[in-house]
Amino acid sequence: MSSANTSAASQGLANRFNLQQYVVYLGFLAIFLFFAVVLKDSGFLTVRNLSNIVLQTAPATIMAIGLVFVMSAGEIDLSIGSTVAVAALAAAVTLGHYGLVAGVLAGLGAGLLIGLLNGALVAYVKLPSFLVTLATLGLFAGVSRSMTDLRSIPVTDSVFTGFFGSGVFLGIPSLIWWTAIAVAIGHIIYRETRFGAHVLATGDNARAASVSGISVPRIRLAVMAISGGLAGLAGLLYAGRLQAAKYTLGETDLMTVIAAVIVGGTLLNGGRGSIIGALVGSLMMGMLNNGLILMGLSVSDQMIVRGLIILAAVAVSLREKSR
Amino acid sequence: MNTTEANAPVLKLQDIHKMFSGITAIENFSLEVYPGEIVALVGDNGAGKSTLIKIISGVHSPTSGSISIEGETVTMSNATMARSHGIEVVYQDLALADQQSVYMNMFLGREPVNGLGLLDRRRMIAETENLVKELDVRIPSAHATIRDLSGGQRQGVAIARATHWASKLILLDEPTAALGVAETAKVEEIVLSLKRRNIGVLIISHSLDQVFKLSDRICVLRRGKQIGVRETAKTDKNEIIAMITGLQQQ
Repeated sequence: MSSANTSAASQGLANRFNLQQYVVYLGFLAIFLFFAVVLKDSGFLTVRNLSNIVLQTAPATIMAIGLVFVMSAGEIDLSIGSTVAVAALAAAVTLGHYGLVAGVLAGLGAGLLIGLLNGALVAYVKLPSFLVTLATLGLFAGVSRSMTDLRSIPVTDSVFTGFFGSGVFLGIPSLIWWTAIAVAIGHIIYRETRFGAHVLATGDNARAASVSGISVPRIRLAVMAISGGLAGLAGLLYAGRLQAAKYTLGETDLMTVIAAVIVGGTLLNGGRGSIIGALVGSLMMGMLNNGLILMGLSVSDQMIVRGLIILAAVAVSLREKSR
Repeated sequence: MNTTEANAPVLKLQDIHKMFSGITAIENFSLEVYPGEIVALVGDNGAGKSTLIKIISGVHSPTSGSISIEGETVTMSNATMARSHGIEVVYQDLALADQQSVYMNMFLGREPVNGLGLLDRRRMIAETENLVKELDVRIPSAHATIRDLSGGQRQGVAIARATHWASKLILLDEPTAALGVAETAKVEEIVLSLKRRNIGVLIISHSLDQVFKLSDRICVLRRGKQIGVRETAKTDKNEIIAMITGLQQQ
């Protein structure tokens, strides 16, 4: 009986591993090959275009890392969509008045504070994160509009724009450095620390986590704060790359980031996820955007294709969970 | 096995009284559990078994009365304190994180780290494999995901986890309620093997067959009152049923 059980279990394990773990890499490869063939004369395969994809996805990738922590803990953060703009504007305005360090701190601080607000409401007032962050998404979209009366604020500090935008260090663009460092640190914290394990346990079975001595509210507060802080960093990267901050920054990123995280193998209901998967998912979404533009698709068609991909990703994710 | 009388009890409850907003849930409950001994706690639904388990595991504190562990009086205000006294609970719902591996569940909330502050997976896996082998819990590997395991295997993991951390006492709440015949037999085997480790076991079970098979003594509760404690070898099912129901059997 036990040998039959064992082989059935490992069989099931193997099946799920194939689909869940590798779907994002297979998807990435398929889309890459598709565009490489279809768009071989439109410049898709040039080094310039490919590195552009990575540069453009940097803010989304950074946000995706935060969302992996949030979703792994069984929560969601919709407010990142407007946190980005608030952080970028806070940084740009402060930078103009008080200099570089104050600007950076203001941007990161704004993101962190929004995250802590979300987290406190989720962890200690015990409101569902979906509703909390849906509300704060709207709230801070309003704040970002009123901060500068819809005006765009230029960022002229060349140290800032170099560090967070167009700079190159050791031959590698700074946005790629940011992406690589954030992914590396995120991955290690997620996979190799007690905190990461406790995040997963909380999302998997909050009661079990709680009776095992894990402070579930503290974990929930922490993941929301991480997400807010990283959305703040994403805001800095936008401001650095575009050399300006505006209330529209990050507006359309929410769907992309959620899609990247889910396609990357993080379960919507928590308990399992991958930072590397989210990176590849984010690159895949960026590549998709880029390819669809090169193919000459209209913005509305791009939105439809992206929506369909999210649907497929959610379908796979939920099927996996319910098995 | 009956050398246990010489030792101090791992757990001693004395005149435990528990009221919930003016209503008495447990009154005058006293019980001792010795190392290497399995004591069964039986009683009808609502008799107060779960309340007692919660008192011993630190979830509720008694209104009056004392709890001592190896002769030392303790006060516990949460489950973490009970754990630090060497008391582990196997909950009815097992409290396992389904999508995590067996070894991560074994160390849930108490993961060892290396000098860099990173998870010491090698140690967790090695200790899990040792324990699983010792207790003869038949699982594919320490890396297996909990949800891929059968009910009996999960119960085995939950008991193995408790065994790993309990230095004094394990509380088992209906360990076989959800299991089939073969799996129940396997889990009962594991429970019996705990005696060799010289820890006390307090088991709640609805199955009198199981109680008679496993326990050294039986403690009967009815409506929050302790009806009596019997040595399993010197009683029979009729007496226990009469004590549980309060009715004399014909």
